[in-house]
Amino acid sequence: MWQGFVDFVHQSLPWFDGGLAVVIIILIKGVTLILPLIIMMAYMTYAERKVIGYMQLRIGPNRVGPIGLLQPFADVFKMMFKEIIFPTKANVYLFVLAPILAFVPAIAIWAVIPLGQDFYITNLDISLLYVLAIGSVGVYGIILAGWASNSKYPLLGALRSASLLVSYEIVIGFVVVTVVMAASSVNLNEIVSSQSGGIWNWYWIPLFPMMIVFWISALAETNRAPFDVVEGESEIAGGTHVEYSGMCFALFFMAEYINMIMMAALAVLMFFGGWHSPFEGVPYLQEFFAFVPDIMWLLGKMSFFLFLYLWIRATFPRYRYDQIMRLCWKVFLPLTIVWIMVVALMTQLHLGPWF
Amino acid sequence: MEFSSILFYVFGFCFVASSAMLVIARNTLKAAMLLILSFFSVASLWLLLEAEFLAITLILVYVGAVMVLFLFVIKMLNIDQSTIRAKFTTYLPLGIFVSLVVIAQIALVLSAGQFDLENVEEPARHIAGYSNITELATDLYTTYVYPFELAAVLLLIAIIAAITLVHRKDSRSKKQNISEQVSVQASERVRLASISSTKSKEPK
Repeated sequence: MWQGFVDFVHQSLPWFDGGLAVVIIILIKGVTLILPLIIMMAYMTYAERKVIGYMQLRIGPNRVGPIGLLQPFADVFKMMFKEIIFPTKANVYLFVLAPILAFVPAIAIWAVIPLGQDFYITNLDISLLYVLAIGSVGVYGIILAGWASNSKYPLLGALRSASLLVSYEIVIGFVVVTVVMAASSVNLNEIVSSQSGGIWNWYWIPLFPMMIVFWISALAETNRAPFDVVEGESEIAGGTHVEYSGMCFALFFMAEYINMIMMAALAVLMFFGGWHSPFEGVPYLQEFFAFVPDIMWLLGKMSFFLFLYLWIRATFPRYRYDQIMRLCWKVFLPLTIVWIMVVALMTQLHLGPWF
Repeated sequence: MEFSSILFYVFGFCFVASSAMLVIARNTLKAAMLLILSFFSVASLWLLLEAEFLAITLILVYVGAVMVLFLFVIKMLNIDQSTIRAKFTTYLPLGIFVSLVVIAQIALVLSAGQFDLENVEEPARHIAGYSNITELATDLYTTYVYPFELAAVLLLIAIIAAITLVHRKDSRSKKQNISEQVSVQASERVRLASISSTKSKEPK
């Protein structure tokens, strides 16, 4: 995707070689990925309000622009011009550091996520581990926000959420192990290319229970309903967000939605064949859909998972805290460990089209 | 200067500065955050040495898990700074003694002449497509499989020991039994009594 641009820089600007060219190429690649991502995140908030609105027999935002399409921008400007209030006796450094620590890892993960055949910023050999590692850094934003706010509800929310995130990270780690065993690679590009060839070759069939476990854990990891104990509006009035206003809050908000998009992308890459068309190898449909660029398949599958986020939020009530922990440690963890054995057996037997 | 050496100096400076600030930081939470920064700097240095797996593992294990629990403990304990500072001077002679011994040990090791640049070969660059993980896995699961298994068993024992220490029967705890709750029948909870509405006593 960016190869033409990189060649252009190297050929037309030979004096420009070395470190500076590398930095500028990385910067431009990053901007061309992050800008659409931010816009996607903005319209994710619009979609959330609209979809949940219709599910609850309301209309949702419909005043700003045609059918409310400019609503996200109105929200952005509102956030930008709001005053940032620092609580008395709060630790200002850590108070400002917290939203940054939540936002930066959410963006940094996208450095390794492949969006198409040759559409990625870096093809890291350990990209899946990188995603896990950087994803686990995001929890500091919540912990610090809870502590630095010098307030009771944020502290309660941070405590609940930190233990939840750490617990579900273990489950996600085990799920990732099964995918890595199936693909025998930690590279996301290779995981996707090992699923080539039609809907029956994707890993959602042999790893079906793991896909369910991954998706429920992804809901917990991104602090979404029914696991949104960090906010818990009805219990602790917004949790860690209570003391945050203006852009500081907006950073938390954006981090949450970008993480949601990332989890949807990860689910598609690991279980649903990434950018591969579901009709690969099907006689007539393959030629009929040949014109569709590979990124469109990825985005289409991702939007299903993003819709699932909203659907689940509109459907289920919030879990109680001890039920969440029980689900993680007593249900998911044994299930994943058993399925690791099953996958080991399946790979040894070279089962079906997958292994 | 090469681009990678600029990166080396940047990350090296970050590491040294954050470690120094970590030692002199008064706020425990701030010190923990500085420790995380130094972990990140070391991970970046390891990345420059082409040890990607080790670098990612450092972030995944230490930053992602160990330090989170550490911060948890710091937040839960209400650490009184003034009492700690009051006790500080009483340990001063011992502290000076220990630090002198450590400095002497480091000086002895470093002056032995085996850490000069001449004695260390320049690390060879690997060819493109070289996989760190494959190399590590091959070594770990063939040559060193018994130490690896032993370490795993040791960790398992530690986990079981920790759980048995904490997990005692407490008569006051009101733990719910989910399977009992789910399998409950209506007949166990509700008694349906048929009371006829017509037959009532006439007021006298």
